[in-house]
Amino acid sequence: MSDMTSSGQMLAADGTPLKTSLARALRRQKLRALALIAPLLLFVVITFIVPIATMLFRSVENQIVSSTMPQAVELLQQWDSATGVAPDEAVYQALYFDLFKAAEAKEHTKLGTRLNYEQTGTSSLFRTSGRKLDDVGELWQDPIEDIAPALKDGETWFAMMSGTGSNTVLEERRALWASLVEEPFAGDVGITISDEIAQMLPLTTAAYADWAIYEAIEDGKDISKRDPWEAVYAGLGLDLRSDATVRAVNAYTGPHAADLQLLTANLDQMPNTMFKDAFAEMDEDWLDPEVWEAIKIYSPNYTSGYFLNAVDMKKGVETAEMRPENQQIYITLFKRTLWMSLVITASCIILGYPVAWLLANLPMRTANVLMILVLLPFWTSLLVRTSAWKVLLQQQGVINEILVWLGFVDDANRLILMNNATGTVIAMTHILMPFMILPLYSVMKTIPPSYLRAAKSLGATNFTAFRRVYFPQSVPGIGAGSILVFILAIGYYITPEIVGGTDGVLISNRIAYHISSSLNWGLAAALGSILLALVMVLYWLYDRIVGIDNVKLGG
Amino acid sequence: MAILAQAPRPKLMTFTAPCTAALAAAIAFVVGNAFGTPLVGLAIGAVFGFILAALLGQFAVPRTMGRTATIAFVAVAGFSVGALGGAVAGALLGAVISWFFYWLHTGAYRRAVPVYYTAAQTLWYNTFLFICGLVFFFLIAPLLPVIWLSFNAQDFFTFTPEMLSFDPAGYSLKHYRDFLGTDEWMVPLKNSLIIAPIATLISVTLGTLAAIGLSQSHVPFRQAIMAIMISPMIVPLIISATGMFFFYAPLGNWLEANLGLNQSFVGYVKVILAHSVLGVPFVIITVTATLVGFDNSLTRAAANMGANPVTTFFRVQMPLILPGVISGGLFAFITSFDEVVVVLFVGSAQQQTLPWQMFTGLREQISPTILAAATILVTFSILLLTTVELLRRRSERLRGLSPS
Amino acid sequence: MQIKNIVSAVSVLALMAGTASADGEMANDMTLVSWGGAYQQSQINAYADPYVAMNEGVSVTWDESSAEAVAKLRAMNEAGNITWDVVDVVASDALRLCDEGLALEIDADEDLAPAPDGTSAADDFGDLMVGDCFIPQIVYSTTFGYRTDMVPAGVEPPNDICDVFDIDTYPGLRSLEKRPINNVEWALLCDGVAKEDVYDVLETEEGQERALAKLGTIKDNVIWWSAGADTPQLLADGEVFIGSTYNGRLFAAIEEQDQPIGMMWDAQVFDLDGWIIPEGLSDERLARAKDFIYFATDTQRLADQAKYISYGPARLSSAPLVGQHATLGIDMAQHMPTDPANAQNTFLYNYEFWADYRDDIDAKFQAWLAQ
Repeated sequence: MSDMTSSGQMLAADGTPLKTSLARALRRQKLRALALIAPLLLFVVITFIVPIATMLFRSVENQIVSSTMPQAVELLQQWDSATGVAPDEAVYQALYFDLFKAAEAKEHTKLGTRLNYEQTGTSSLFRTSGRKLDDVGELWQDPIEDIAPALKDGETWFAMMSGTGSNTVLEERRALWASLVEEPFAGDVGITISDEIAQMLPLTTAAYADWAIYEAIEDGKDISKRDPWEAVYAGLGLDLRSDATVRAVNAYTGPHAADLQLLTANLDQMPNTMFKDAFAEMDEDWLDPEVWEAIKIYSPNYTSGYFLNAVDMKKGVETAEMRPENQQIYITLFKRTLWMSLVITASCIILGYPVAWLLANLPMRTANVLMILVLLPFWTSLLVRTSAWKVLLQQQGVINEILVWLGFVDDANRLILMNNATGTVIAMTHILMPFMILPLYSVMKTIPPSYLRAAKSLGATNFTAFRRVYFPQSVPGIGAGSILVFILAIGYYITPEIVGGTDGVLISNRIAYHISSSLNWGLAAALGSILLALVMVLYWLYDRIVGIDNVKLGG
Repeated sequence: MAILAQAPRPKLMTFTAPCTAALAAAIAFVVGNAFGTPLVGLAIGAVFGFILAALLGQFAVPRTMGRTATIAFVAVAGFSVGALGGAVAGALLGAVISWFFYWLHTGAYRRAVPVYYTAAQTLWYNTFLFICGLVFFFLIAPLLPVIWLSFNAQDFFTFTPEMLSFDPAGYSLKHYRDFLGTDEWMVPLKNSLIIAPIATLISVTLGTLAAIGLSQSHVPFRQAIMAIMISPMIVPLIISATGMFFFYAPLGNWLEANLGLNQSFVGYVKVILAHSVLGVPFVIITVTATLVGFDNSLTRAAANMGANPVTTFFRVQMPLILPGVISGGLFAFITSFDEVVVVLFVGSAQQQTLPWQMFTGLREQISPTILAAATILVTFSILLLTTVELLRRRSERLRGLSPS
Repeated sequence: MQIKNIVSAVSVLALMAGTASADGEMANDMTLVSWGGAYQQSQINAYADPYVAMNEGVSVTWDESSAEAVAKLRAMNEAGNITWDVVDVVASDALRLCDEGLALEIDADEDLAPAPDGTSAADDFGDLMVGDCFIPQIVYSTTFGYRTDMVPAGVEPPNDICDVFDIDTYPGLRSLEKRPINNVEWALLCDGVAKEDVYDVLETEEGQERALAKLGTIKDNVIWWSAGADTPQLLADGEVFIGSTYNGRLFAAIEEQDQPIGMMWDAQVFDLDGWIIPEGLSDERLARAKDFIYFATDTQRLADQAKYISYGPARLSSAPLVGQHATLGIDMAQHMPTDPANAQNTFLYNYEFWADYRDDIDAKFQAWLAQ
């Protein structure tokens, strides 16, 4: 087939060096293998892995706090929660402008719901405060409109704010809107804000820009004709509290300078309300340092909070601590899930092994008929089988009725077979049994019966022959069945929900609850990630010990 | 067979009769317990069993006659205690006891074991069969109340007194009428029958190809690829369901907007794709397992004789791995046919499947209609599986093979 | 081949659907979401069928997803593909959806029909308009049913909420919902807390402990249910002596199925079920949804629903119009939770409280269950 060249290199039939030729063949083989795998791999990655990874990524995502109240959160970083005193006025002032925007876009209640997972009461705090924010703005709006009636009018405002400039404030505010509402907020707002005004009245400009962007882009209105919202008046009132601003306004000559100067001349009519007091009046919880601590702890864009919750811990300012005992549940559930899955797997092995052996060793005709019995439950909906177990197991159920009728069980002390762990184990063992029997059967089918006979003819007892010869050969089947049953058991939730009662429910039940009822998807994702990691570790161990290639299932 | 037929009959007085007595005693103990007199029952049973065995054995009563007589006798005894129900129970017990007697007496209990087996080994073998029987019973047990209750005249999963006394008033076919006669159930059934086969086809096709690729000798990142492909099985379904929703919703939008497809059609596509992903791991696992034992020299031989890869695949490889493909397909089919969590999220009203309808039925009104549905499906699958088995036997006969 | 045919067939259908928007600016297809079962049937009979009869060309699809509505709506919203037009949810879910920005805010006077006597919709519904997005349909109550044949001899049938906690007088299992809501309120009521103080007590850590401790006295005798159909089934089986569920389920079991079950109305907790319109519908679909809502929540329609199911209409003006059951022919008024005889001692679910405390108390409740 190959010749030796003078240099001692092996050559293939076509004259290329054998090494190259083999490498090429190998590469071709690899490519062919990959070409066969690629369609499915792409399919699974795109339609499953990516969506699931995105879902699980929610377990660390936490942009909502900083995008809903960016200015307050930034100021809050300097606040030390250890002092036990609520933050100072600047934070409340920033909170007002942040929350006002959020309330207009109806985003504030989302934040309330989010924070309510960590700090009970936040949900209604944000909901009720959102309704009262307008009243705070009106504290300024009313006197300003009294003093300078021209400022009632949107057109006045538009003329006053317009001018020449680089519109940097507008662009900054646009970015904040975009992160708040998660829409690009692209498009022409229809105003160039005068740099001079922006410099002189920063809070007013920021509030006006916020309004202008929302009005023009979200609502699609012409802002030159519309009246600005209350926060703009509050901004103007606050700007005018600074003496430097008052001096600048008095020296100002731009459009509607006269109206602004009317205000500076009548500063005594402006309210001197503090935002801290205004918020305290809406709800005194705003003075509670615990609320602010929760906001501060959850202000980063990514949080370990959900994962800590998933292991019964609570994120603190500096460190994490265990939750109070009466709220600890997830570790118990994880342990229970693992333990019950093990018990279910073990019962499947114990019950399935003899049956698989029988099926593998009976003549095909009989075996096929019996196989129908194994497959039949498979064709019956999981929901129906679970309900059937309910009919059988409950205290007035078939099993108890028969036992009572036969006098083995006292009518007053019927066996409690369901609404507990027993019920879950029985029903799930039944449901998952085919997943054990079929792989076992297919492995046992390949063990030649002559081995067992040989062992016996060499003097082994039945038991020894089984233990030393047959059993080891059937281990791959046990492995395959176990991993299938175990993994499926660990993720079940419908059956435990129906027959599990209180101590037969598994971690998946809580995941389902957080997905569909409490909407705490971050926590659900964290719980799911932990569960997935557990399964991966077990899968890896299994691969190490048995080898995934040995997994056999039917066929 | 001939040798076994000549197997010596066991001794009547020291083996068959005591054993029969023991069984009858055990049964009578249980029955006696129901009347509060277990020990009396035990004694009566033992005496009855022994005398019965001795009479039948000593006078060599033919099987049919002996069994009929026993059944009749015990049924009459049962009737005297418990009227009609007692008679039925008595007849059953009589059948069991007499069957047991002849099973021992004719030596049938040794028919399945080699002649050299000791008594203990034979006992163990038969106990083993009994245990297996119990496991089969465990597998089938939940189906019995399902079938029975599906004829309930009431709208509950409860055995009414009328049902227990076999009063026709307690039975009705109304749940079958509900199932077969209303769109509420027939549309979901139709949907399931559209979705499951197509999803199975997709997962089997892609899965088999990938499994063949994976079984080649040099596959880079084999473990990682395997783990990815098995992942749909290991992620908790509720997480998969929400996660997939976020993928399929924009995909659906895109299909509707760019290809102008109908919303309901796109809905089917989404559910079918979601279910095929869920079925993939089962196909991968079964087919790779079958391929582990596959002799690659066969494909080389085929190639050597001039077959192209496609021909090789369909003519050589496919027939050999077909059992694995079929059982993988079966798992995939069941996964889709019985799946309720993902379809709840990914599907919309037009794609309501049978499990979804059952789920709503269980939550909103526990109605035995779902039992009627299950009974029809079970009957259908028994017919299907039996037909397949009969066809297999027929083809065996036609090919002149001895039954295996 | 075949697939190609299907594709071309459905694209023709799609085109037809696209061009068929005739009736003003309203979409002609509408997906309504409800709970399935008898309740959905009553809505079909009372609202949807008459609406379709009035508006030719409108087709209604029902989706039985209300139990997952909150999660699904959130997912739809994030994916930007709202396929539902009008969704039936309980009031607490509506509040949650409203908070999440997933439900449209409703202007009662503009979007809802006034009462026949001219009373504005806002006044006609009164306090039942929970939150800004919810349009109430029915008042239902979570109350108790008990097996009449399992009442011990010589004892009055249970008629007090505290009988549920009295294992000595009324032995047997109880079924309660597997969540804290309602159960902790009942527990506190029977632990000596005055009705008006219940939520104040529940706000405190000690109050929550106290409620769980009271529930703990019957914990071993409770089967926890999670689907509304469970308790009627458990009662029919004789598995439990007394159990909580929605009053309509008990009505069906007693009147339609002739089960030996009695009602115990004491301390029934009123709750509401109603519609929301999802946020983010296109203009045509929104117009159709609002048109349907305007029709389906008017005085007569709400009264009509009570012909099919024993839930009280949410409008004051509908109450006098409640008639007889459509098939059984019995007078429905006395089976309504709002009937004066039944409503002697009632409890009103506090939505705001539970919106705040639900997560916290639920965590404690689940931990307590798992102990």
